[in-house]
Amino acid sequence: MDLLHIKRVYKTYAGHKALHNVSIHVEKQRIFGLLGPNGAGKTTLIRIINQITAPDSGELFFENEKLSPKHISQIGYLPEERGLYKKMKVGEQALYLAQLKGMNKGEASCKLKEWFKKFEINDWWDKKVEELSKGMAQKVQFITTVLHEPKLLILDEPFSGFDPINTNLIKKEILELRENGSTIIFSTHNMESVEEICDDIALINKSKKILEGNVNEIKTACKSNLFEIVFIGNMIAFTNALWTGFELIESKQNKERTIVKVKANNPSEMNDLIRAIINDVKIISVNEITPSMNDIFIQKVSEFEPKEVLEEEENE
Amino acid sequence: MNKITLIIKREYLTRVKKKSFVIMTLLGPLLMAGLMLVPIWLAIKDKDIQRIEVIDETKTFINQFVNTATLQFKHEFRSIEQAKSKFYDENYTSILYIKNADKTPVVEMYYKKQPGFSTIINIENTIENVIRNIEIQSKFNVTKEQLAEIQPNITVKPISITIDGEEESKNVGISTALGFGGAILIYFFIFMYGVQIMRGVIEEKTSRIVEIIISSVKPFQLMMGKIIGIALVGLTQFLLWALFTGVIYTIIVGAFSIETVTSASQTGNLMEQANITELSQNPYQDVMDGFKTIPVFQLLISFIFYFIGGYLLYGALLAAVGSAVDSEADTQQFMLPITIPLIFSFVVAQTVMENPDGTMAFWLSIIPLTSPIIMMVRIPFGGVESWELVLSMSLLIIGFLGATWIAAKIYRTGILMYGKKITYKELWKWLTYKN
Repeated sequence: MDLLHIKRVYKTYAGHKALHNVSIHVEKQRIFGLLGPNGAGKTTLIRIINQITAPDSGELFFENEKLSPKHISQIGYLPEERGLYKKMKVGEQALYLAQLKGMNKGEASCKLKEWFKKFEINDWWDKKVEELSKGMAQKVQFITTVLHEPKLLILDEPFSGFDPINTNLIKKEILELRENGSTIIFSTHNMESVEEICDDIALINKSKKILEGNVNEIKTACKSNLFEIVFIGNMIAFTNALWTGFELIESKQNKERTIVKVKANNPSEMNDLIRAIINDVKIISVNEITPSMNDIFIQKVSEFEPKEVLEEEENE
Repeated sequence: MNKITLIIKREYLTRVKKKSFVIMTLLGPLLMAGLMLVPIWLAIKDKDIQRIEVIDETKTFINQFVNTATLQFKHEFRSIEQAKSKFYDENYTSILYIKNADKTPVVEMYYKKQPGFSTIINIENTIENVIRNIEIQSKFNVTKEQLAEIQPNITVKPISITIDGEEESKNVGISTALGFGGAILIYFFIFMYGVQIMRGVIEEKTSRIVEIIISSVKPFQLMMGKIIGIALVGLTQFLLWALFTGVIYTIIVGAFSIETVTSASQTGNLMEQANITELSQNPYQDVMDGFKTIPVFQLLISFIFYFIGGYLLYGALLAAVGSAVDSEADTQQFMLPITIPLIFSFVVAQTVMENPDGTMAFWLSIIPLTSPIIMMVRIPFGGVESWELVLSMSLLIIGFLGATWIAAKIYRTGILMYGKKITYKELWKWLTYKN
């Protein structure tokens, strides 16, 4: 079932197209990656989901109900540009933000204490935010975002400002939140973390959605039929053994081992390749080269915009 | 709890709990008390009795100078040279030398320590009076006794006649004081706390918490919560100031005798002494009578109305300014057009008091941006018609609603706009954005 359905959304700011006919389905209990280059319209879309701005046209549905202010308490939002009141005490501030999301004070205070314990930051309660480091403040922000147990969590670059240890801590929490029933929209430029934790993604470029779907399916669909083979044996024998269906892209000699890249001209199984060469060389390894999300991102974005447009913009 | 009340509560509590608030609240009345204390202190200090040696060559002024609490005159019959040579051996603080001349005597004063302005005025008046009296006596054959009988004592009593023929006398002094006092309070309140609104908005913007908050509440709620919260902070501070000032004043009045305070307030006012104003038999009664002629109830209601209305109007505009900029340094270009009407009305308040029912006074008390101050100046003089008041108040309400509407539009776009230098053209665009 869809937790969030964005239907044909348009948004224009004073002549500048921010979103153009964007439709997205976010399934329940999934981590959904919202990707795109800078200025593609991601933040606008996120603000529309948060009802900070309204779309010019198009509709949004939250659990099959039209999105309305009553859903605010079921959404948690961690913006990319985030901060806290510097002069306010951590605990007081977290309580205030929780109450703004509709929690009552006692409940919020109770839950906050649990989280503070979990993150081992109990002694921060009475500290002023300006006394915290950036990473520490980010932790507090994360807590205030998830405290009211929202059905939908929108995290914009949640790992920025964190060291690797805390990044892992937050990653773990995000996965746990999904297990507990939350749906997460995750916006980032860090493609590694997309591969690691996203179930589905949508790619937005120049105000249009250009790709949407399951991460694994997208990767399969985008695979380039490239194989990397490491073998010991005669290079000429290897080349001869490849029948017409395969094409040698590059080869490298590493002592007695040869590393080659081979492209299959029509979608082929790895078995076909192995069958072709197994009698002529000693195979060490065969790997299918699947594109990383990074590759897919770059490929899709550059496919989408004609070269001239890119150059024009660069010249500006 | 309602979200806007939450915001008001936070805006109020964080400010009231600040050290600077506590310090200002305690220091304000002390400064006020200081302002009251200085004249008293000076008056006491002035009690250093001035002993003035009078060398009168004309012999006309013998026993004409009247000793007061601070001035003692002593006639010495010797030459000025003698007096000067012995000046530093003797106890006199100054020598008053009246030289014989053709018509009017030439008067010089030699001193060790500069005599006060009021001392000189006192001496000048005495000499002038004596000369005048002598001239009258000699020219018109009037005896001294007859002259003493003629001591007219006149004060002009302004009385207004309404169209129904009702007569009312006014005390212009009290009206002026009340009008000006009310205007000053409103002016400072708008400035001090309006700027706090702006700072608060900029703080939320630069700390980047604003996006988190407006994902929970509407920008309008955040803006209004801030404006109202800060208004309450201001009212709290003003009330505490009034309270503390009252307490301190009572203590001071208790500490010094009432007499000292009264005489101090008299010495404080040089002009009063200079002109030897005719104090009526019972000045206290006069003041009370003066109050009776002032529309106190109307004044109080209007004060509260214009105090709050003016603050809300300017507060909304300043919130918009805060949302449009990235730092306080960038506020200049937008602050100017907002502060000009405020400063202007404060500056022309004096002129309005001269002619509280004139054309300029009328228009400025109708236009919303100037009415909070100018109307407050006009009301104590009693000439404001009911319809003028209703019109002015309605326009202020409309002005406030309009300003809030404009501010809200600028605000909700501005708070999410970073790192862009905003022009008026840009602001206009924001006003036309949908949602």
